Amino acid sequence: MPIVTMTVNGRTASADIDPRTLLVQFLRENLMLTGTHVGCDTSQCGACTVHLDGDAVKSCTVLALQAEGCAVTTIEGLGAPGLLHPMQEAFREHHGLQCGFCTPGMIMAAVDIVHRHGNELSETLIRHELDGNICRCTGYHNIVKAVAEGARAMAPAMGAGGTGSTGLRTAAE
Amino acid sequence: MTVTRIGEAVRRKEDHRFITGKGQYTDDIFRPRQAHAYFLRSPHAHARIRSIDTAEALAMPGVVAILTGKELAEDKLGDLICGWMIHDIHGQPMKMGSHPALAKEKVRYVGDHVAVVIAEQLDQAKDAAAAIAVDYDVLPAVAELAGATDSATLVHDEIPGNLAFEWHLGDAAATERAFAEARHVTTLEIVNNRLIPNAMEPRAAIGEYDSGNDAYTLWTTSQNPHVARLVLSAFVGIAPEHKLRVIAPDVGGGFGSKIFIYAEETVCAWASKRVGRPVKWTGDRSEAFLSDAHGRDHITTAELAMDERGKILGLRVKTRANMGAYLSTFASSIPTYLYAPLLSGQYDIPAIHAAVEAVYTTTAPVDAYRGAGRPEATFVIERLMEVAARELGVDPADFRKRNFVRKFPHQTPVIMAYDTGDYRASLDKAMKIADVKGFGRRRRHSARQGKLRGLGYSCYIEACGIAPSQAVGSLGAGVGLWESAEVRVNPTGNVEILTGSHSHGQGHETTFAQLVSDRLGIPIEQVTVVHGDTDKVQFGMGTYGSRSGAVGMSAIVKALDKVEAKAKKIASHLLEASVADIEFRDGQFTVAGTDRSIDFASVALNAYVAHKFPTSEIEPGLKEGAFYDPVNFTFPAGTHICEVEIDPETGKTTIASWTAVDDFGVVINPMIVEGQVHGGIAQGVGQALMEAASYDRDGQLVTGSFMDYAMPRAEDLPSFQMGFTQTRCPSNPLGIKGCGEAGAIAAPPAVINAITDALGTEAVPMPATPSTVWEVMRAFGPAARAAE
Ligand code: FES
Ligand code: FES
Repeated sequence: MPIVTMTVNGRTASADIDPRTLLVQFLRENLMLTGTHVGCDTSQCGACTVHLDGDAVKSCTVLALQAEGCAVTTIEGLGAPGLLHPMQEAFREHHGLQCGFCTPGMIMAAVDIVHRHGNELSETLIRHELDGNICRCTGYHNIVKAVAEGARAMAPAMGAGGTGSTGLRTAAE
Repeated sequence: MTVTRIGEAVRRKEDHRFITGKGQYTDDIFRPRQAHAYFLRSPHAHARIRSIDTAEALAMPGVVAILTGKELAEDKLGDLICGWMIHDIHGQPMKMGSHPALAKEKVRYVGDHVAVVIAEQLDQAKDAAAAIAVDYDVLPAVAELAGATDSATLVHDEIPGNLAFEWHLGDAAATERAFAEARHVTTLEIVNNRLIPNAMEPRAAIGEYDSGNDAYTLWTTSQNPHVARLVLSAFVGIAPEHKLRVIAPDVGGGFGSKIFIYAEETVCAWASKRVGRPVKWTGDRSEAFLSDAHGRDHITTAELAMDERGKILGLRVKTRANMGAYLSTFASSIPTYLYAPLLSGQYDIPAIHAAVEAVYTTTAPVDAYRGAGRPEATFVIERLMEVAARELGVDPADFRKRNFVRKFPHQTPVIMAYDTGDYRASLDKAMKIADVKGFGRRRRHSARQGKLRGLGYSCYIEACGIAPSQAVGSLGAGVGLWESAEVRVNPTGNVEILTGSHSHGQGHETTFAQLVSDRLGIPIEQVTVVHGDTDKVQFGMGTYGSRSGAVGMSAIVKALDKVEAKAKKIASHLLEASVADIEFRDGQFTVAGTDRSIDFASVALNAYVAHKFPTSEIEPGLKEGAFYDPVNFTFPAGTHICEVEIDPETGKTTIASWTAVDDFGVVINPMIVEGQVHGGIAQGVGQALMEAASYDRDGQLVTGSFMDYAMPRAEDLPSFQMGFTQTRCPSNPLGIKGCGEAGAIAAPPAVINAITDALGTEAVPMPATPSTVWEVMRAFGPAARAAE
């Protein structure tokens, strides 16, 4: 069986795997990073969203082998030790989660939206961009609020002028 | 650190683990030596099993065991049960078809459980399942509800006409007379579309047998682990209750679908002893579509009789309800006692009669889904109200006001005694927030853009906290519907609350702790809520039907009362005063009229040290439990107003605005309560606009994935405008009514009332997808009417 090696949350991870192993299986079963969830089998729900070399991907749709040599960030690797990422904090502050199952994927997708669109996000844009993430609990109302506020909080503290910088990126990114 | 009060929008204690990926759902648990289960499911809607040949599959790599209905019978395991006995119109018990966890002679829906393969790896189990040869004698499907009772094919050979029961409620003769006197009758044919709950976490289970202690542990995605243990012990017979521990860890949403005791967890628990290994099963989404209990699925004829002044005289309803292939755990109660008693809505209706036929089909079992019977009832009455008003040429809001119940308590003709409410207040407030006055202007604005705009009301009522136990027992419930709680005060003064309620998104770890903080005057951080483990919590009925506030928290209040009473006794010794003179406020025990006081933590410590009071009079320790049985249902109610804009070119409906004004009685945490309403509205809008479970004539599920079954996404919904009114619930100590289902109950008629208002025709079925609306417009819309 082939050996796959990648950087996950800043650390090197390597394992001998069945070639059909999905990235999400590798994360959950080999690395025990169970914060990344599986909510469907058709690439629709986004519960499995992680960052692959800085971009959001659905880890149920990527083979672990395809991530060879890449840098992966999961929900467990967001923020710094002991310090929540502003988007995590925004979800808590704005009650952007209920059962929590979609939440890691939502937060990873939200951070990616900020990376692509900056810190000032309209409601319309947020709703459109969340198209690949399903939440059954919240009706999205508070998720949308959380993403908007989290995006603002990700702006660099001095950059009130809005330079287009998107703030915190994790070490792995 | 300060005290958190009831009514504060305090942030959730449980969130930290969820936002950091540290939640522990069943699939996140890996047991040493665990093997993986995969279920071979029936590809046919209906077939007799001639034989199952597992020889080739058993020889495949990694396969540990393959079990079928034969092994189940060898071990004398009982059937899955339906826990609510309905007696039919002739007084006979409902007809319950046999429901084994693994099929015996027949399979009865696509997805029915034929065999389980247990292997080292999941992929190996799947590969082996493909190699099992099942010889089926395929029988005709009974896929359509409408024709099911006339079908020559019987889902259960012993049940004639595929009829589980015929049932009715109300006074038929009085209703007949009301219609005879009526000046106007409004009639509607209604299909309440079948839904698939789709909690985002698929169901999962791990069974583990400990041969050293002859005891089982079952981790499962359950809303009510104690009920699961009771059923698996007393009826299925896996193990006696004290030898079966059921743990429902973090659960990723339920909406009813995780109340029920399913084949998969039954098999995992049972098989773990047979194979001597932990057996883990995690459903994938396709399995969820096939085998989670579905919701709704009614066909109804409804008639409303009115006098010349538009006063309602009577309501007559005939409903045919789809039960699917088997009666699931609470299925029989949904189209009966959770449905017909709600048909009176917020209105004073002198005579009501409802007749219900519960019918078997070769489809997945149908059971409670968010609202469970109450959304179906609300859809009937709120569509009737809107249509009747339009037929009479009266404003729909005025028509409702004319018929609102105004005096409380109010006895309806269908069991319920409404305790309190102010329906006018919530309607008025909602109309103000929704700016109903400005609707004409907005409608003209839309028209100038070539769009059609409509406004729809829904004045809903629901009954929560199903109770009291004696009453539900007389209606056929197999269990009591009380709740338990235990308050454990530790020597250092922090507190653990053990509850029989289960949180799977509702935020109990916060609201329950909030209650304790408010009552004992200790910071919320010093309170932990323990739930979901039958080894920790003695017993409980779980979470569904918006009962955890009204019933679960009332049990905590009762236990806190006892804690306070005992703590006062101890404090009286410490303060050398009479117990009658001890007052407790803000965490301090004080001798009335003096400044002598002692704080809660010191009393707690003294309770355990036990040096300063006579233990012959007062036992050491500070821990109290309570069981609380409600004296009545609670009756949350409110008004939702939906405004839609429809593009006549495409038939696409956009929710332009949503206003929700709800009376939930006392609100513990408004942030959490609003969140519950948001989610409910989204599910209700889903039902109205996009969700539909559909089987073809052969009984194949056509909507078996998120590609074919439309789930509401962020773009399908607006942000909601929220408001509360409040009448305190008189029947429980906190005055709570419950909020979990309101949105899902209120939303569907609001949407359809708005769409029909925009289109000028009532013939709009759910879900009102763009193609449906487009076709309705072609058939009945302004253009079609002009052509006539
Ligand atoms: S699990 Fe990856 S999109 Fe649903
Ligand atoms: S919080 Fe439960 S699915 Fe989103």
